[in-house]
Amino acid sequence: MTDLEPLTSALRLIGQDPAQVLGPETAHLVAYGHDLISRADVPGLTMDVASEADGIRVRIQVERGARIPRPVHLCFGLFQRRGIQNIDLELRLEAGSCATFWSHCLFSRVEHARHSMKALVEIEEGAHLTYQEAHYHGASGGIEVTPRARIRLGPRARYRADFSLVQGQVGRLDIDYEVDVGAEAVAELTSKVYGHGNDHIRIREAVRLNGERAHGLIRSRIAADGDSRAEVLGITEGNAAYTRGHVDCLEIVRERARVSALPEVRVTHPLAKVTHEAAIGSVDHRQLETLMSRGVAPEEAVDIIVRGMLR
Amino acid sequence: MKIDVTRINSASPLLDVRALSLRLGDRPALSGIDLRLQEGQIHALIGSNGAGKSTLAYALMGSEGYRPQSGEVLFRGRSIIGLAMHERARLGMTLSWQEPARFEGLPVRDYLLLGNRTADPAACLEQVALEPDAYLARALDKTLSGGERRRIELAGVLAMAPHLAILDEPTAGIDLLSLKDVVGLIRGLAREGGAVLVITHQERVAAMADSASQLCAGRIVCQGAVDQVLASYTGRSCLRCDGETCEHD
Repeated sequence: MTDLEPLTSALRLIGQDPAQVLGPETAHLVAYGHDLISRADVPGLTMDVASEADGIRVRIQVERGARIPRPVHLCFGLFQRRGIQNIDLELRLEAGSCATFWSHCLFSRVEHARHSMKALVEIEEGAHLTYQEAHYHGASGGIEVTPRARIRLGPRARYRADFSLVQGQVGRLDIDYEVDVGAEAVAELTSKVYGHGNDHIRIREAVRLNGERAHGLIRSRIAADGDSRAEVLGITEGNAAYTRGHVDCLEIVRERARVSALPEVRVTHPLAKVTHEAAIGSVDHRQLETLMSRGVAPEEAVDIIVRGMLR
Repeated sequence: MKIDVTRINSASPLLDVRALSLRLGDRPALSGIDLRLQEGQIHALIGSNGAGKSTLAYALMGSEGYRPQSGEVLFRGRSIIGLAMHERARLGMTLSWQEPARFEGLPVRDYLLLGNRTADPAACLEQVALEPDAYLARALDKTLSGGERRRIELAGVLAMAPHLAILDEPTAGIDLLSLKDVVGLIRGLAREGGAVLVITHQERVAAMADSASQLCAGRIVCQGAVDQVLASYTGRSCLRCDGETCEHD
């Protein structure tokens, strides 16, 4: 068995082509626990990785003006039943650069584990970063995931982050992201999580619109069933003229699950505008009946609605 | 005014509604509704806002909260009064909603295939004057305009090829130029052998029906040939139907 075999199997299971992810023209980093398994740079992107006993430290830099044509794959995972993975990530996109990162977090086999991420992200003037993080968990629910990120956007920078944990049991998820947005920069954060059993979901995302004409959007889509719990706090501050922010929470609750959403908006400049909307409840009755009027049974209709929301 | 029309009352109707009554809270919403539709027939339901047209549509489709207190509904000779909405749909009836729901992450293609896995979604979109390449992969969400969503709803009815299509205000939110498309679509459904019960405020839409009923305060106050029913409605023989007082209460 090669070191990469658990990863390639897992990638196939989630519909990714391992040859594409790990190919020579694709920048990638693969770490099991605190062990570095594989890495590759591409022109314009450099990676500095240190594997230590208590964690793995990663410094990634995208050079000024560089456009990384293919997504950069970060594959983190644990392939034993028990384990800890601590990741310390520094990601810097220099001015005018552009890159997309796909972070695959594979924990489908674990029973008792912790995955902790501390990230510091710097997106300099005019740089564009798309960061898509997808978690794949098993049925045990015995994992604790604690992503922490501090993100700074320079003038006219763009940052789009998508977090998804909709396969398997969540376990315990505690997200805490803080984003400072410079003048004319745009930050969009989307999180999609499906909680079951005794899963506990906590998401705190704060976007501070500090520069003139900065824009921010926090979007959360949570479905919760069984005895799961979810708390979502979306904070947006409008601190400069013509900043525009919006917090959009949609949460579907079924069975005995309990969910709360607190969209918090703060404005410290008279020309700033921040809005919010939050909807929590069971599946929308009109949506349900629209599908039923096409012959879809109620249980299947609920599944279509929930899966669509989390897609 | 009750006009006897033999076509409506002929034998073996596709839909046979008998003395249907329904209360919403303390208010009688439908009282003693009698209505019969044959295969291939277009029947228009007209009446002022609050007359009970949509309530009748929801009751026929089996919407939760619109279960009749008395009366009978036979569809293709079978009582459907105890069936859930999806069970009625599987028998071959469907409802095009006045304000159809939107769905995040549900592609238009998947939506059009819900009621009939063998349907041709692209052809259905073309029939409602939407370019398939531009819409099939799009989500049925807030990014669609009201008119686009209505057209997709109608495409969904076409895809299902139902025996009975209940169309609740199918021209609402659709521009005047496209009105003829909707009229053509309704005629097409009937030509294929399906009956259409169309709720409308558009005289032009009502005029193409084979028969019509005028509702007022939850009752059918005039039923029969379209021109006579339209004359009754527009002639304000019932003032309530024009939003004032009603002699039918």
